Amino acid sequence: MKLFKNILESVKPLFVKGGKLEKMYPAYDAFETFLFVPDHTTKSGSHIRDAVDLKRTMAFVVLSLIPCIIFGMWNIGDQYFNAISVETNFLNNLIFGFWKFLPLLAVSYAVGLSVEFAFAISRGHSVNEGYLVTGMLIPLIMPVDVPLWMLAVSVVFAVVIGKEVFGGTGMNILNPALTARAFLFFAYPSYMSGDKVWVHGAGLDGYSGETILGALASNTSSWDNLKWNFNDALIGYIPGSVGETSFIAIIIGALILIFSGVGSWRIILSTFLGGYLTALLFNLWGVNFLMSTPAHIHLLIGGFAFGAVFMSTDPVSGSQTNKGKIIYGLLIGFFAIVIRVFNPAYPEGMMLAILLMNVFAPLIDHYIVDANIKNRLKRIN
Amino acid sequence: MQIYTFAAEKSNLKSMSKEIRLKKGLNINLLGEADKVYASVKPTERYVVKPTDFHALTPKLAVKVGDKVKAGTTLFFDKYNDKVNFSAPVSGEVIDIVRGAKRKILEVVLKADVVIEYEHFNSDNAKSISREQIIDTMLKSGVWPFIRQKPYDIIANPTDMPKAIFISAFNSAPLTIDNDFALYGMDELFQKGLDYITKLSSGKTHLNIDGNTNPSKVFTGAKGVDINKISGAHPAGNVGVQVHHIDPINKGEVVWYLQPQDVIAIARLFTEGKYDVSRIVALAGSQVKKPKYYRTIAGATVANLLFDNINEGDNRIISGDILTGQHIDLNGTLGFYDTTITIIEEGKEQEFLGWILPGLHKFSASKTFLSWLTPSKKYTLNANMHGEERAYVMTGEYEKVLPMDILPAHLIKACMIEDIELMENLGIYEVSPEDFALCEFVCTSKIEVQTIIRNALELVRKENS
Repeated sequence: MKLFKNILESVKPLFVKGGKLEKMYPAYDAFETFLFVPDHTTKSGSHIRDAVDLKRTMAFVVLSLIPCIIFGMWNIGDQYFNAISVETNFLNNLIFGFWKFLPLLAVSYAVGLSVEFAFAISRGHSVNEGYLVTGMLIPLIMPVDVPLWMLAVSVVFAVVIGKEVFGGTGMNILNPALTARAFLFFAYPSYMSGDKVWVHGAGLDGYSGETILGALASNTSSWDNLKWNFNDALIGYIPGSVGETSFIAIIIGALILIFSGVGSWRIILSTFLGGYLTALLFNLWGVNFLMSTPAHIHLLIGGFAFGAVFMSTDPVSGSQTNKGKIIYGLLIGFFAIVIRVFNPAYPEGMMLAILLMNVFAPLIDHYIVDANIKNRLKRIN
Repeated sequence: MQIYTFAAEKSNLKSMSKEIRLKKGLNINLLGEADKVYASVKPTERYVVKPTDFHALTPKLAVKVGDKVKAGTTLFFDKYNDKVNFSAPVSGEVIDIVRGAKRKILEVVLKADVVIEYEHFNSDNAKSISREQIIDTMLKSGVWPFIRQKPYDIIANPTDMPKAIFISAFNSAPLTIDNDFALYGMDELFQKGLDYITKLSSGKTHLNIDGNTNPSKVFTGAKGVDINKISGAHPAGNVGVQVHHIDPINKGEVVWYLQPQDVIAIARLFTEGKYDVSRIVALAGSQVKKPKYYRTIAGATVANLLFDNINEGDNRIISGDILTGQHIDLNGTLGFYDTTITIIEEGKEQEFLGWILPGLHKFSASKTFLSWLTPSKKYTLNANMHGEERAYVMTGEYEKVLPMDILPAHLIKACMIEDIELMENLGIYEVSPEDFALCEFVCTSKIEVQTIIRNALELVRKENS
């Protein structure tokens, strides 16, 4: 601790005003405040402050992702060894998955943070902590076999176009992590769909690494006749993006978010409710296999749960009023299922539903704010 | 005659008291609450009246250095409303006038006599005196500034007719004075003050008592006023929150408000004919060795209360409560409206990886620290920010601690972009910085919310004047 302090103190003169690297101060500041909570004190007003800050909040989101990360890594290994029909054990799966996941994570953080630092330095503001979470989310919503250069390009796109052009953390309209995924989805569709990309090694022996959604969307088999059952989808022994497969792991994350107050329970619950009710409605219609899939299964498969818990709850791109959050969540659930069942080309409706609602969130808030204003005016009359 | 019948009519009004339960808010349990005993100290010689205690005031001096004054002698007055006088709290000599940038008057410093001499003001019976006469005496003597108004949270304009008057009988902010204790036995004097105050408005006078406890009969026995019960966590005791639920302010409307000890000062003026702003303060906070109650006078230096009574270390002395008070130094003085002095540690130190540690001893309204395991624990908090300012990211935090039908984040953003129409629509007239103190406290992005609200109120006030 003393050592870090000494190092920081010794290089500080380079970065402060008048130093050789004064323009790089935001970078220095980011490292210093990462290691030490700064000694800033209040000036007026509330002389005491809550212990929470943005770093703590973001750290909690990362904490809530840990079950998904661990399960995701294990599942990478498990899916792979299944595909090549090799008997394996828990540890082997995890180690195999770890080495597959690590490069994704490293590229995501290295590229994303470089862009963030570059913008912070050029604009002379502090480095915001938002990317700690975005950088973790991006590899979790990618197929395991996504080429690293592609990942890097999508990260640059997400940070620059998704966030910095709007003014950086707190100002963005779209969820940056989903922006990265949407970019890849439309720019390189063959790497983001089909039956090859979800399982490492799929296609080698003619093994199909198709996801449940992919199988249902191709309308060849109903849910009941698939090789996966309810338990597989619940626990997550299924192909899919790295972090999205295990419903249980996601729900553990959801509980951490809700309990700590970091994630909005309103959004999470209403998204699930919206999705469930919509799927229930389509069950009545049931003209294709996606429509006839039981409503509760819809919540377990694909990116629905992961999106509901970790993507729609992004406070910046989501609705910001309490009532708005409920409407926002219900509509995400609704559109995710609608896109799934009507458009087999985009069986992953969740990503598009959230991005769509990101765009509409300010409109929802506008009406909530308007209602508040009207209530106030009513008092006069 | 007319006024007399009006008063008689009013006493016939049935008191329609309300009971309000607030679900939102936050109690911060802090160590260092003042024990309910009085301690005595040697009185101080140095008194300071600070024009900066009064928002939006442009003072004009009425005395110069070397002048002899009595308690109640006008020291300065409002340049734009020259009837509003600000008086010397004690008799003595003006020894210094401290000015700041652009010759702004910061302090009028007095050296007090050993025995206080008072200016004499007319004291009339509440029944026979008219509203105009009451206001006139209050203005002349210098007690008028105790009457404040909403909107804008400034000294009331004596030419206005407020639609109601509010007195919050209790404080809910951490470590603040307990009025039940401070006003013990003053039933008669308090009622006397109310008799005059109720005549200032054609509407009701609301006395709001704490619904969480059994308030003193000083308050529950008060006559001629509506007694409302407010229960809930802080900011239930804030008069702004109470106004919002009892009789909300619309554009163009004005309510006046004052504190229980201000009522006592007004009562003394009319019973004894003197400007007597002696009051009771609570000395509290984790850095105070023996937190207790003291008798002192508004404007008195605090050094004598603190002598040999504060712990070693880098201390922050606050005139007022820990959420809204003013940062003063050891030679600082008690603010005009303040009834609490709080002393905490400055906390100017870095913490290694503080944002990762479990945080058993950290207080947070969120549950991101393990301290949620011990919800009833009392904390020692210092003035550290616990982080740097950031852009807004989190949502829904402010809503949990603001028990008003107001969208706090949207109002604050309207204030930041100085959109006056939007501010009006979102309820700027109903709020004061103190109502947002908890928002500032819980803010993850460490935004200076109270300053934003204060500046916005100033902006709107200037626009409307």
